[in-house]
Parts: sequence; structure tokens; C-alpha cells
Amino acid sequence: MYEEVGPTVSVFDRAYDDPVRVLDEDGEVVGDVPDLDAEALVEMYRHMRLARHFDGRAVSLQRQGRMGTYPPLSGQEGAQIGSAAALDEDDWMVPSYREHGAALVRGLPLKQTLLYWMGHEAGNATPEDVNVFPVAVPIASQVPHATGAAWASKLRGENDAFLCYFGDGATSEGDFHEGVNFAGVFDTPTVFFCNNNQWAISVPRERQTRSATLAQKAEAYGIDGVQVDGMDPLAVYSVTRAAVEKARDPETDRPRPTLIEAIQYRFGAHTTADDPTVYRDEDEVDRWKAKDPIPRLESYLRSEGVLDDERVAEIETDVETRVADAIEAAESEARPKPEEMFEHAYAELPPELERQYEEFAAFREAHGDEAFLEE
Amino acid sequence: MSETQNLTVVQAVRDGLYTEMREDDEVLVLGQDVGKNGGVFRATEGLFDEFGGDRVVDTPLAESGIVGAAVGMAAMGLRPVPEIQFSGFMYPGFDQIVSHMARFRTRSRGRFSLPMTLRAPYGGGIRAPEHHSESKEAFYAHEAGLKVVIPSTPYDAKGLLAASIRDPDPVIFLEPKLIYRAFRDEVPEEPYTVPIGEAATRREGGDVAVFTYGAMTRPTLEAAESLAEVGIECEVVDLRTVSPLDREAIIEAFEATGRAVVVHEAPKTGGLAGEITAIIQEEALLYQEAPVKRVTGFDVPYPLYALEDYYLPTAARIEEGIKEAVEF
Repeated sequence: MYEEVGPTVSVFDRAYDDPVRVLDEDGEVVGDVPDLDAEALVEMYRHMRLARHFDGRAVSLQRQGRMGTYPPLSGQEGAQIGSAAALDEDDWMVPSYREHGAALVRGLPLKQTLLYWMGHEAGNATPEDVNVFPVAVPIASQVPHATGAAWASKLRGENDAFLCYFGDGATSEGDFHEGVNFAGVFDTPTVFFCNNNQWAISVPRERQTRSATLAQKAEAYGIDGVQVDGMDPLAVYSVTRAAVEKARDPETDRPRPTLIEAIQYRFGAHTTADDPTVYRDEDEVDRWKAKDPIPRLESYLRSEGVLDDERVAEIETDVETRVADAIEAAESEARPKPEEMFEHAYAELPPELERQYEEFAAFREAHGDEAFLEE
Repeated sequence: MSETQNLTVVQAVRDGLYTEMREDDEVLVLGQDVGKNGGVFRATEGLFDEFGGDRVVDTPLAESGIVGAAVGMAAMGLRPVPEIQFSGFMYPGFDQIVSHMARFRTRSRGRFSLPMTLRAPYGGGIRAPEHHSESKEAFYAHEAGLKVVIPSTPYDAKGLLAASIRDPDPVIFLEPKLIYRAFRDEVPEEPYTVPIGEAATRREGGDVAVFTYGAMTRPTLEAAESLAEVGIECEVVDLRTVSPLDREAIIEAFEATGRAVVVHEAPKTGGLAGEITAIIQEEALLYQEAPVKRVTGFDVPYPLYALEDYYLPTAARIEEGIKEAVEF
């Protein structure tokens, strides 16, 4: 991970509608720059470029019929990479289903993400040393898990931080309320990171709740709530890092849990099955594209003398190679074996399931795969 | 004869909503992305423009809220048609479904009726992500107070939806999304109903009765046609409503041959096939010539899509099951 810093906890002492900012849209410094060394900053930039390039390729794989429905993340790299970078090695990430960028910062191989969206069971087999929970598709259902997992860590005296991602729509779900409320009551080391990308499929943020901000919902749970410019990776890093440190540190007089509302935008569709032109204006998309987190960070890093044309070109090549290699690796993966369906439903296959499997295997033996793969 | 339109299943659902909303001002639609977006499968396309945001309501992302609010509306006499975007997301609303939607009438000793129809696309076969492909109709069939309807043709989709909306009791209306756009059918433009609780014979045959519903009706008919070539004639019964089941139709079809196969994509254990088998055992034991064969999904979590073709019953698996029942 990246070198740690430490903004003071005062980042939480602000109005709910006053987002933390570090870089403006042009990459000019407008706030406290986190104390990250040059390599950590370049790594952050590289990850954002990697996530963006991966995303474009994934969408095109879906278009070519080489992958199933896929949820794009373009526009959200600043929020994903900036926040995941703020975790320490032992901390955990609890994702929804769009955090491919955050997951790669945590060490999840791109191939793994591709396999999942290509419908391979193996795509769900997160490597043991990667502290990432399974993808959670049902909205907000992972929020109570993040509370419980963090609670377990606290009960064991480990106090690792658990960074839980969800969207603006998720804040309308009962699971959001229950999970965050528990976190407040049991003071668990959980960081609730709301990727407010303005749209829950076709429903705009202002139709989710009459609350002026999502951050202010923290007030009702007695925990800290803060808004951050989610298109600004350095601001996201600073706020998340402060929340992680507060979560881990029992000495602070503040509650451990934090609700972060990262204001951002998804440039593309909700998923490849969605057509956003039906419900939102191109003008709006263009306005947000002007806030793109990648050129913003690049511009800052160039002005600091950390990036130059040569380095950017090296990163471009590296990113393209890594994505191409991951696609190649995922597509060369053998088709999943049908028996994988039966594996892992239980620690031990119950007798009836064993019987069903044998019947299935005998039929397959007798009739071949073409008896299953009709049409 | 009135005018007809050549519609797919999902277009017929949309037409059913449109017709019922036009007929009755108390019918309204609520759910996620049903308004401006027209539904993720386009099942509510154009309704927002036609009827406005008070009758075609985009709600916050909250299934318990959608179902619970519909319960309240229905208790006050409206006819809400809540949509849950995929049946795999009904579970946050499950408490509302089983604790209230199913038993408001009982719990008020008949004072409150809940004329509401909860629609949800269900079932597998479209290479969808996790939690988008399950068939859990048995959950709802198990819950007294609910009716559970599953159309398999465009004509039935419109007619059964109209019957559900007009029904005084709550209906779970599950739409097999695999066949949403698989074929077209002549569908009358005018309103009509297809009665809830009545099965339909899709093919006549004197050797074995095959019971099915939803998206499995097509591969079952395919298997039946293929078997006809080798001299096995199947009676194919599309149940259309899985609660209440059409006991008479089941018994009648079974008694004609003494042999039966039940096909569904839902897992075997606790599935409707067990219930149908029990009805046969209770009512027609002495007619029985062979064990009732169940061709179903497996008792495993629905796999990611690369394996779903191995999970779902295919014509070949159905054929094999029918042969077993016939040759016993």
C-alpha cells in the first residue's frame, strides 16, 4: 500500500455540505495535500489509469459477447483508488459490485474480476491473502456485514478497519440503516464509504431522499459524517485515511465509525444493460467529465515535477499491457467444470445432493455436453 | 373479433398494465426505474408519459418500502402494481410479503382487502449476473394468502395480469424473463382476463402427462415433439398458476395415463414438483403406473452464468425424464 500520513481528526469538524477538497478541477491545490511521497502518488495515478483502461476494455468485451453484463466505473476512479489506498495491509474492503478499481489496489488480480463478470465460479474465489469480501450484488446487503466483521475485529482486539462501499441508492435500504446503526451502538471500526454517483440507475440522488446531504444521515446514528469531493483522489485519500485511523484508535474521543459521502459521477451506464440517454442529459455528463479525476491528478503531479511525458507514456504502456495480459489470461481459462456447481454449497455434500450430482454426471456421460448446451 | 397486436411476453405485460390503468384510475405502478426509464426490461415503457408520475412512480431504492407502501395503498382501496426489478431482490421486501401482504385480510378479519399485484421478472437463462436468475416461486406458494401466477405466453401474460390486478387478493406475478422476447403471439387490444388457477393443455397425448410452467414450457414442448417421432405422445399441461394449483387438471391429465413428469427450473427439494406429486398420490394413487419423475434445477445456489446451461432443464434432460416415466 501507500505510505501513511495523518491529517488531524479535524477533517470531521465541518458542515455536512462542505466537502473536503484538495485539488480543484484543474489540479490546482485548494486544500491540505496529504503527506504522500512521490512514488505513492504515481502509484495512485497508475491505478486510476489502470482502472479506466480496464473499464473501457471490459465494456467492449461485453459488446463483443465475450463477457456478460458488466457495471462500468469510469468517473469513479478518484473515489475508489483514493479510498482503497488509505487502508493498511491488514484492513479489509467490503465491496458492492462496482469497485473493480478499489479491489485492484487491495491486490485482487484483474483476471479475477474478469472471470467473475464472465460468469466463472472461479471469479468468486478471492485469493486468501487479499482482504476483500465477496462482491455483494443486492443493494446495501453488505453494509451490516462490514459492521459485523469490524465488530469481530474489535472483539478480538485487532481493530482492523473495514471499508464498506455502497452507492447513493443504498442509503434508502433498510440494511443501510441497520448496519450503520449497529456500528454506532457497538462502536465498530467501520468506514462507510458512500459512492454518491448521483444516479441509482435512472433515479436521481434527490429522489432517493429529501435529506440535503447523505453525510448528514450520520448525525442520526451518532457517528461522524463528512462529504468529500469524490472526483478528487487526494481529498478522498485524506478523509478516508483520517476515518481509518479513527476507526483503529480506541484512544480517540470520537466514535470509531464514519460515514463518508464521496460526491462523484458515473460517466457511463449503470451496467452494460442500461441506456442512460433515456433518463439523463448529455450536458450533465459533460459537466461532470470536466471534473474527471485522472487529468486532475495528472496535472497536479506534472506541476509538482513528479510526472512528465516520458513517465506518463511508460504508465500508459504498462496499463495497456496489464489489461491485455489479464484479458488473455481470463479468456484462456478453461470453461468452468459443471461439477463446480455442486462444490462449496456445503462443506460436505449432503446425500441427496450427492445423488443429484451422480444423476447429473451419469446423464452427461451418456448424452454429452450438447444435451445441456442447446440452441 | 377485436383488433389484435403481435406482441412478445414483455410487450404483453406492458399492454396489460396499460389497458388496466386506462380502465381503472385506481391502478398504479410503483418501483425502481419504472417511470422515466420505462423499466429495466421496458415492461413499463411509455406508461410514465401516458399516466404521469403519480401513477407510474419511481421510488427510492427500497424493496421493503415498495411492498409495504403498496400494502398500505391497497388497504385504502387502490390497486397498486409494485414491481421488484428482479425476483432475486424481493427478499428485503420478504417480511412485508409474508407478514403483511399475505395476511392483511386474515389479520383484519376481512376488513382490509389487498388488491395488489407484485410483479417481478424471474428465472434463468439470460446470462445475468449473480442473484438475477433464481426461481423461488415455492417460497410464495408456501405462503397462505398469496396467489402465485406465472404466464408462459404473451396472450396469457396480458390476460393473467389483468385477472391479477382485478383480483381482490394479493398476487405474486412472476414473469419468466428468458421468454420475455423469445416469440410473439396475437394479443387482443381490448381488455380481457385469463382466469387465475386454471391450467392450460398445450399439447395432447395419451402416453404420459407432463406438468410445467413458465419458461420451461418451451423445452418441454420441444421434448414432446421429439418424442412423438419415436411414438411417445405427451400431454403437456402448463399450470399457469402455481398457487392455487389446478388440482382437477392435474388429476385428470394424470388419470388418463397413470404416468407423470413435472418440469421446473427451481431447485428440486421443496419445489412445486413435490406438491404436484403429492396431489397425484392423494387423489389418483390407484391409477399410478410409474413413479412421478421430477426434472428440475439442482439443490445448489444458482451458478454464475457460465454454468447455467448445466443447471437449467433442457429438452434433452426433459426427454430423458419422460422416457423414464414411460418405460418404467
